[in-house]
Amino acid sequence: MINLKFFYIFFFIIFIFKPLEAKEPSKLINELVNEASIILSSSDPVESKIIRLNNIAELNVDIDGIGMYTLGNYRKTLTDDQKIKYRKLFKSYFLKSFSSRLVDYSDPKISVVSEKKINEKYSIVSTILEETSKNPEVKIDWRIYTKNPERPLIRDLIVEGLSLARTQKEEFKSIMQNNDGDINYLFKSLEEFIIK
Amino acid sequence: MKKILKLFIISVIFNVLTLNVFAGSDGTIEINSKSNNQSTEVKDCFETINRAVFAFNKGLDKIFFKPAAKGYRYLPKPIRSGTSNALNNLSNVVTIPNNILQGQFKEAGINTLRFSINSTLGIAGIFDVASYYGLNKLDKEDYGQTLGTWGVKEGCYFVLPVLGPTTVRDTLGSLVNFGGGDAWYNVTIANDTKYFQNSDYYYSRLAAGVDFRAKNLEAFDSLEKSSMDLYASVRSLYLQDRNRKILNSSETTETMNDDDWEEIDSQ
Repeated sequence: MINLKFFYIFFFIIFIFKPLEAKEPSKLINELVNEASIILSSSDPVESKIIRLNNIAELNVDIDGIGMYTLGNYRKTLTDDQKIKYRKLFKSYFLKSFSSRLVDYSDPKISVVSEKKINEKYSIVSTILEETSKNPEVKIDWRIYTKNPERPLIRDLIVEGLSLARTQKEEFKSIMQNNDGDINYLFKSLEEFIIK
Repeated sequence: MKKILKLFIISVIFNVLTLNVFAGSDGTIEINSKSNNQSTEVKDCFETINRAVFAFNKGLDKIFFKPAAKGYRYLPKPIRSGTSNALNNLSNVVTIPNNILQGQFKEAGINTLRFSINSTLGIAGIFDVASYYGLNKLDKEDYGQTLGTWGVKEGCYFVLPVLGPTTVRDTLGSLVNFGGGDAWYNVTIANDTKYFQNSDYYYSRLAAGVDFRAKNLEAFDSLEKSSMDLYASVRSLYLQDRNRKILNSSETTETMNDDDWEEIDSQ
């Protein structure tokens, strides 16, 4: 009995201290797409789908990194308090925007075509969103942040060569530029979008 | 003398194009491209007016293009595919000269073959027979793109009523179509032929607009739903798209500059 106890403890320790394996970016996308497909094709109510999709996004998307990127040069002028507020608002904004875009698709069929390592920090995974009776085939590239190879994170979606992060960045820049660079207007716009 | 005058006019136009005219707003949009490895800024001249025209176009879309696109979607798929194929085939008359002007001789050859096969065996381009022979569809090219590949800068960004977003360079590119650069325009409007009428040209342009809108119904709705400033989003998407087309590459790693991501370290 004692031997058996040691046996369990031994395996428990091995399990705990087992070095994490690097995760291939294309594997991340495959898993993510499959999970999203199961959620979207389920008969769950929309609210439940949104919660589950948001959980996937929180785990696999670098929301904080995208938030800082979309601020552009303005991120250098923020105070610590403003950064905290922005991060919180951006996360809510991102999740709402993300799930509202996805929830309209009933069962998207996405297949991974190739993977290309740009440098130590980034890989691009190329996928194809299959043609439906309504929509033509769409090429989607995923920019994956691989600085921590055990936990690759999505940083951008490039749809037919158009970067969503860049579009977001220019949208925020426009809001700031049209309001004398005052970050409070961006906060206000984000808040309005979140409660909409 | 005429030649000298022509060259002078062209050089003046090019100089105007490369000038970054500043008028009104200080709105600028960064376009990154790996080819020149640096950001270039496109000025949104007359942003206030542009936003008003954009709002007008949005209204027009709501009352005409969107309902027309929705109706078009109800047509059987073979009809929609046939229309799309015929319009694509027609666009070759602009793409082929631009392939040549950009030094893409192989693409010019493929597009010429595609145009010949599809216009005849494919019955006015309704059927994409050329694809069955391994001649796959290539990207469209226009005179704005050609000017871009020649190094002409965008100039100001602005929005045209009905036609939508453009830049000074792309507008001048479009003007070439009306100056003899578009064979379809030449045979329908510019010259009196017994085979075609003016209305054929206008119907084809209208059909192309509705076909494009129908293919992007969900994408536009999604963009509208998730945008806080739709005008700025459309401006960004238009300029990114033009930049990608000018670079003639579908590879993300070739068209995007990673420098602006480098500073962001969240792990």
